[in-house]
Amino acid sequence: MIQFDAVHKRFPNGTTAVHDLSLEMPEGGVTVLVGSSGCGKTTTLRMINRMIEPTSGTIRVNGRDVTEQDAAELRRSIGYVIQQAGLFPHRTVLDNIATVPLLLGWNRKKARARAAELLETVGLAADAGKRYPHQLSGGQQQRVGVARALAADPPVLLMDEPFGAVDPVVRAQLQDELLRLQKELSKTIVFVTHDIDEAVRLGDRIAVFRTGGYLVQCAPPAELLARPADDFVADFLGAERGLKLLSLKTLAEVPQGPAPEGGAWTLVLDADRRPLHWASKDAELPVRPLTDGDSLLSALNESIASPTGLIARVDATGALTGVSSRDDIHVHAGQAHSEARVVAA
Amino acid sequence: MFELFKNLGTWLTSGSQWAGQDGIAHRLAEHLQYSLLATLIAAAIGLPIGLLIGHTGKGAFLAINLASFGRALPTVGLVVLVFLAGGLSMLPVYVALVALAVPAIVTNTYAGMTAVDPDVRDAARGQGMRGHQVLLQVELPLALPLIMTGLRLALIQVVATATIAAYVSFGGLGRYVFDGLAQRDLVQVLGGAVLVAVVAVVLDLLLSTLQRLLFRHRTA
Amino acid sequence: MTIDWSWIGDHTDDLTSLTLSHLQAAMTAVFFGLLISLPLAVLAHRVRSLRGFLLGLSNVLFTIPSIAIFVLLLPVSGLTRTTTVIGLTVYTLVVLLRNTVEGLDSVPAKTKEAAKAMGTRPLRTLLTVEFPLALPVIFAGIRIATVMSISLVSVATYIGDGGLGQLFTDGFQRDFPTPVIVGVVLTILLAVVADALLVALQYVLTPWRRRRA
Repeated sequence: MIQFDAVHKRFPNGTTAVHDLSLEMPEGGVTVLVGSSGCGKTTTLRMINRMIEPTSGTIRVNGRDVTEQDAAELRRSIGYVIQQAGLFPHRTVLDNIATVPLLLGWNRKKARARAAELLETVGLAADAGKRYPHQLSGGQQQRVGVARALAADPPVLLMDEPFGAVDPVVRAQLQDELLRLQKELSKTIVFVTHDIDEAVRLGDRIAVFRTGGYLVQCAPPAELLARPADDFVADFLGAERGLKLLSLKTLAEVPQGPAPEGGAWTLVLDADRRPLHWASKDAELPVRPLTDGDSLLSALNESIASPTGLIARVDATGALTGVSSRDDIHVHAGQAHSEARVVAA
Repeated sequence: MFELFKNLGTWLTSGSQWAGQDGIAHRLAEHLQYSLLATLIAAAIGLPIGLLIGHTGKGAFLAINLASFGRALPTVGLVVLVFLAGGLSMLPVYVALVALAVPAIVTNTYAGMTAVDPDVRDAARGQGMRGHQVLLQVELPLALPLIMTGLRLALIQVVATATIAAYVSFGGLGRYVFDGLAQRDLVQVLGGAVLVAVVAVVLDLLLSTLQRLLFRHRTA
Repeated sequence: MTIDWSWIGDHTDDLTSLTLSHLQAAMTAVFFGLLISLPLAVLAHRVRSLRGFLLGLSNVLFTIPSIAIFVLLLPVSGLTRTTTVIGLTVYTLVVLLRNTVEGLDSVPAKTKEAAKAMGTRPLRTLLTVEFPLALPVIFAGIRIATVMSISLVSVATYIGDGGLGQLFTDGFQRDFPTPVIVGVVLTILLAVVADALLVALQYVLTPWRRRRA
């Protein structure tokens, strides 16, 4: 767990980057710090591993005051990932990943073996290890950055806009990968971004900062979207706040009924009751079956694409369990919307 | 004109010209000795200064201005001055040559250090490297190509200028230039000049090849 | 080592004319250096295949010792000011050429694209967009070349010219330090003043680079 207690940061030029911040970042969870530029989110992150020293207040990592520890040793015990990865251009990928183990005094063989293991963990081919950073794509470099941060198996991971410089497709892949890794590793992660969608996607808790270094609200994504603390947070979450909320709600609670028969369109199934496509007298249209774990947002999207306004729902094996109508989804989505609207008013 | 070059050819290739105390081989060795020693001393002074101001970011303004001040020092004046002050020794020559080489080494070392990507430096600190580890493991290797360029430039300038040793009655290839000037023997003067130029070009080629081999796996 | 102040007082006229002659030699060399290197730099910037050749050639010229250049020129132009200026010009070429090419390289491709897209012809783009934007790097070259030339003029004392350099030979031959000290100090002063004037000139010529007040 990371605790901020009345932390204040004033830079020598007089600007206050962080204003009297008290905040807890729970063990094994992802805390995302969001806000526009100049809001103090990066300063907050960099105070945890003492890249920046607080002016006053205390920061504790797992109960220990960071300022009481040797800065270099503290940093070796905390993973650190930055935008553009900041890889060492003169070292191979493998040696980049082995940086912290070598600093900790592991022998070269053991450090390299650990690095090779991490290449696989972050989804890179083994032969990437022998290459130099500039020979990799931006997304691959970022994976190496994550591997380097994980090398000594630190309990805490600091990530400063790590996916800020890659294109949206790669960015989504890296986000998925991080969620998958986090499921396995359960690190205490602090993640800085200015992208609210990224925050909603990755965060267990989201802390919204306002220019001048003020923490405005810190809450789980669903609560934040449903009950923004003030207009600033509501504005920051954006006009499609309702849709973002839908992305957090699952299809599980939406009622379902049997698939219709004898209408203009019928749902064609294979021998294992898996949906194949929608068929009418003279046309076929593709179907994308959804499970209970899919979001309300994708259900809404699918119901609009479907010729019947119905979505096909399946179980884990892919077999049809029933269908839900556009109206069923709308009713449910409407509830989420009004919930958000009432509280915001 | 043609006659002159023919005589020059004869001068450069005659065996007797290469042998003995006044021979080209011996003068060449002296010249190389002055140049390498002066560059080595200059590197011992200039490298730590350049690395330190690059690492700490402090004193850069002062160092850069001192370097341009150093570039303005007239070498001939410096040699004569130290000679008049200290008497007949190699000291004036070394003072002048070192003063000539230090600015190129300091400015290029500093330029190499400032060219290190701040993100990389930040990442190095963030992984838990101490100050000297960041300097030795990250900044120095990354600045090395530019540092090498500085050393190369310095050495070339020193080789070209080491002719001056002969002006205060020492050896080296400058001997031919100054003796030739005194004896109105143009062939000898040209022979000395050509030899110095060849030494400089060959050293430059050697060092740039070495540099290419060392850093071939890196991109620009 | 003491300075004979009365010698200085007795020779102010000589010192002034030597300083002016020194400055004239250096500035003429930088002027011709620019005249030659600017078109060559444009050529090296535009024609990739010529680039390596031109830069390599200027590098080789740079490796020839300055005294050697002067001596090599003796059969051509004799013991004259022309020899001094040609020798110094050769030396300025390497710095001016390299910096001008780098300056032109540093102009963002997007800016050139924009000029082209608005219908500017190549020559006009060169004169109104590329050169102005390359100016800071070119100026850095001019500054180095100027300071270097001023310091090098004294080498020409061996061929009977050399401006303030004549004070060095004079002092050396008479075992008399005062002219040497005066010569060194005046050379450095000249270089510092010329450099400061160039910085001021650059400030005037590139208003877009000034910091906001």
